[in-house]
Amino acid sequence: MKPFLKIIKYQLQDLIRGKWILLYALLFFVLTDGLFRFGNDGSKVVLSLMNITLFIIPLVSIVFGSMFFYSSREFIELLLAQPIGRGSLYRGMYVGLATPLSLAFVAGVGIPFIYNTYHTGAFGGIFIILLVSGVTLTFVFTALSYYISVKNEERVKGVGLTILIWLFFAVIYDGIVLALIFMFSEYPLDKASIAVTLLNPIDLARIMMLLMVDVSALLGYTGAVFKQFFGSPLGLVVAVSALIIWMIIPVWLGLRSFAKKDL
Amino acid sequence: MIKISKLDKKFGKLTVLRELDMEIETGKITAIIGHNGSGKTTLIKCLLGLDKPTSGLISINGFQLNGDWSYRDNIGYMPQLARFPENLTAREVLRMIKDLRGFNGNMEDELVAFFNMDGEMKKPIRTLSGGTRQKVSAIIALMFNPDLLILDEPTAGLDPISSSLLKDRLIHEKEAGKTIIITSHIMSELEELADNLVYLLDGRIIFTGTIEEIIKRSGEKNLERAVAYLMTENGA
Amino acid sequence: MRTVFTALVLFSLIGVGSVSGRDIHVGEDRAYSTLRSALDSAQDGDTVYVHEGVFAEGNIVIEKSLTLIGKGWPILDGKGEGEILTVKAGFFSIEGFDFRNSGTSFIHDNAAVKFDGVRKGQIIRNRFKNNYFAIYLANTSQCVVAGNEIISNLETETLSGNGIHLWYCKQVTVQDNNIEGQRDGIYLEFVEDSEVFNNTAKLNHRYGLHFMFSDRNRYWNNTFTNNGAGVAVMYSRNVEMWANTFEYNWGDASYGLLLKDIYDSSIHQNLFEQNTIGMLNDGCVRMEIKNNRFINNGWAVKIMANSNDNTFSFNDFIGNTFDVATNSRHNFNLFDRNYWSKYRGYDLDKNGVGDVPFHPVKLFSVLVEKNEPALILLRSLFVNLLDLAEEYIPLMTPEMLVDQKPLMSRVQ
Repeated sequence: MKPFLKIIKYQLQDLIRGKWILLYALLFFVLTDGLFRFGNDGSKVVLSLMNITLFIIPLVSIVFGSMFFYSSREFIELLLAQPIGRGSLYRGMYVGLATPLSLAFVAGVGIPFIYNTYHTGAFGGIFIILLVSGVTLTFVFTALSYYISVKNEERVKGVGLTILIWLFFAVIYDGIVLALIFMFSEYPLDKASIAVTLLNPIDLARIMMLLMVDVSALLGYTGAVFKQFFGSPLGLVVAVSALIIWMIIPVWLGLRSFAKKDL
Repeated sequence: MIKISKLDKKFGKLTVLRELDMEIETGKITAIIGHNGSGKTTLIKCLLGLDKPTSGLISINGFQLNGDWSYRDNIGYMPQLARFPENLTAREVLRMIKDLRGFNGNMEDELVAFFNMDGEMKKPIRTLSGGTRQKVSAIIALMFNPDLLILDEPTAGLDPISSSLLKDRLIHEKEAGKTIIITSHIMSELEELADNLVYLLDGRIIFTGTIEEIIKRSGEKNLERAVAYLMTENGA
Repeated sequence: MRTVFTALVLFSLIGVGSVSGRDIHVGEDRAYSTLRSALDSAQDGDTVYVHEGVFAEGNIVIEKSLTLIGKGWPILDGKGEGEILTVKAGFFSIEGFDFRNSGTSFIHDNAAVKFDGVRKGQIIRNRFKNNYFAIYLANTSQCVVAGNEIISNLETETLSGNGIHLWYCKQVTVQDNNIEGQRDGIYLEFVEDSEVFNNTAKLNHRYGLHFMFSDRNRYWNNTFTNNGAGVAVMYSRNVEMWANTFEYNWGDASYGLLLKDIYDSSIHQNLFEQNTIGMLNDGCVRMEIKNNRFINNGWAVKIMANSNDNTFSFNDFIGNTFDVATNSRHNFNLFDRNYWSKYRGYDLDKNGVGDVPFHPVKLFSVLVEKNEPALILLRSLFVNLLDLAEEYIPLMTPEMLVDQKPLMSRVQ
């Protein structure tokens, strides 16, 4: 087994036994089950879960990710005193955290979803998009959290920064977009809107999910343009590539800094 | 033999090690002492490749440190503060490190018995006391039978029994031909263990030599007084 | 019950019309082998029985008052050329035929059956397949169009005509028809005092029901599903609409019900479900909108600034993305005692009415009205926060558009 995979294995073992991942899974479980209990049908649940997912996953991934990284500092040091490459350790720690976070989300949402809808079998497609979006966001924001943690020696500063970054992507960015839409209302904005969406992983995940639950009709002309773009093979490739780039760039930057870092 | 020449280490504007030249003898115990912030830990981290020198060269048994990590196969390291994944057992932590090093031998059973750790191995790390964790850390440093042992304040968190066990073990390792680098604040301990001593101040070597030599040079009766004397003499 | 009813209508009409008439039979091995020859020799008041078979005889124009009855679904095939039956007579009844392929044209509204100036006629229980227009009534009165199955597979809006088309008609009853795949399902222009009920229009390219300059009409119990743009009722007064279902009109610029310049009309007990826009009120005055259900629409109600004195009461607004949208900060309409699933107020005195007023227009919907591309922020955290803030400090939403007595539980 490659060292990178061994790191993942042991970290997974450690995290899955810990209470945080379990609590995280439980949170999704309670929310999803609760939504069904309040008498919502599957498509309503998916829409509500979408809001929850877009809110919680980036926040937890980025904050928990950096707290985990800081608390592992001494062990990282010990491991790097062993004959192990820094790249292997970093990649292992990254995948080894994003994976249990993703699993907690998938299980927490998936179990109540399946036992509430298995007899109808409905909403399968939308549900899978929800899961894929959630997992992707987990990987993107864990990557960002590690990069910030590597870059900042001070724990308080690092964790604070992760919250700011989350706030930026989850809230501030959309505020700026709204302001821009009103500033440039004289111009055709559909293409610019697509570009703006691609630049924020949360918005991208949100738009993909909205298009999948077919609210594109609500989105009017812009929605039609979005549907046409993201519905086309090219658009899908661009969207998926954008999300992958959102994962790769912070991982790459993190790896680069980690390789040079003094521990 | 470890050779360090013109080693400089800066963290931003702060210079921690300045043009350090030294040699560490094979088969001996070398103590590195100095105040907090004198550069001891940084020096150790440079040897381990954890910190990258700003300039200067380090070679360990003829191997020039260059970012390749394979030389660490021959090093055992016990850090000042040991922390492990909280939810793994002590046994699993040992297994993990062995697994990562791809090591097939088995010395840990003997070491576990030696440190009276048999009862602790199945407990999750989070339930272990600081001293017990230090022992786990000591086992990790020793269990690969490395030629070079680097120990940063190894006895700091240990109870007296474990502390003397560790010291016995280090003497035993030295007799087996191992090279050992150790930092400590406890001079009596070093007088008992070490052959050579390096005194660091603000990233520079203020004095160095064998323990006997240093005591003799100062005219004092033990190492603690000798070091105190030399410190004043050197304006520390 | 439906058949009994139609049978009664049929019986009474035939009874009146055929007192002195003869029976004429058309078909293979019958007195007449072509429909045209039979009709040539028929006289007012005769009943013509057409037996099983395919009759492709081009456009047949009839100027006699006759009763035509198909036995075993005889097929009248227009072969894609022109009209099939053109009736210009006082009384006329036709039942039991299978009409196919009236000709698509950009100049003539070719129908399978056209009544021109007919008084007291009926078109009942026929089948229509792939016709340009199916049933066309012009300058006609006191007619019944009932129980017809109209379906077209023609692909586009321009290639298909309307299912049931009424032009300058009075006192016409359109009931129990199913219309699918036409341009407009039912089209009424300059039609007065007529009734449209128990019809189903689905998957038509444009409107399920299209209604222009037609006063004093009533329609109820109809279902309009999945039509290109929903239902449009325009430039009319005194229209009564109740117990209809407007659903799944889901697409860019699709409406459950589009109301344009409608005065003094009532809309009761209808269901609006899963439409992009449930109801658009554009230039509506003195409408009573009561006891309707708006469920899971994009916009339940859009009410334009040119609408006033409308009353919305005892309606259920459930799970709509936007409950009410408007393009004005002013409001001259009344919202009273509706149920809003978004309402988060409380009812301390337990009288079923919330103690805090409800403002159904959210800030985001105002922003979207001003600038449509803002919709790309739908369901983002930022927008949710914005709406929350506006609830406490209203700056842009119409303060007057408020339900002072929101209900705590569903009405229907």
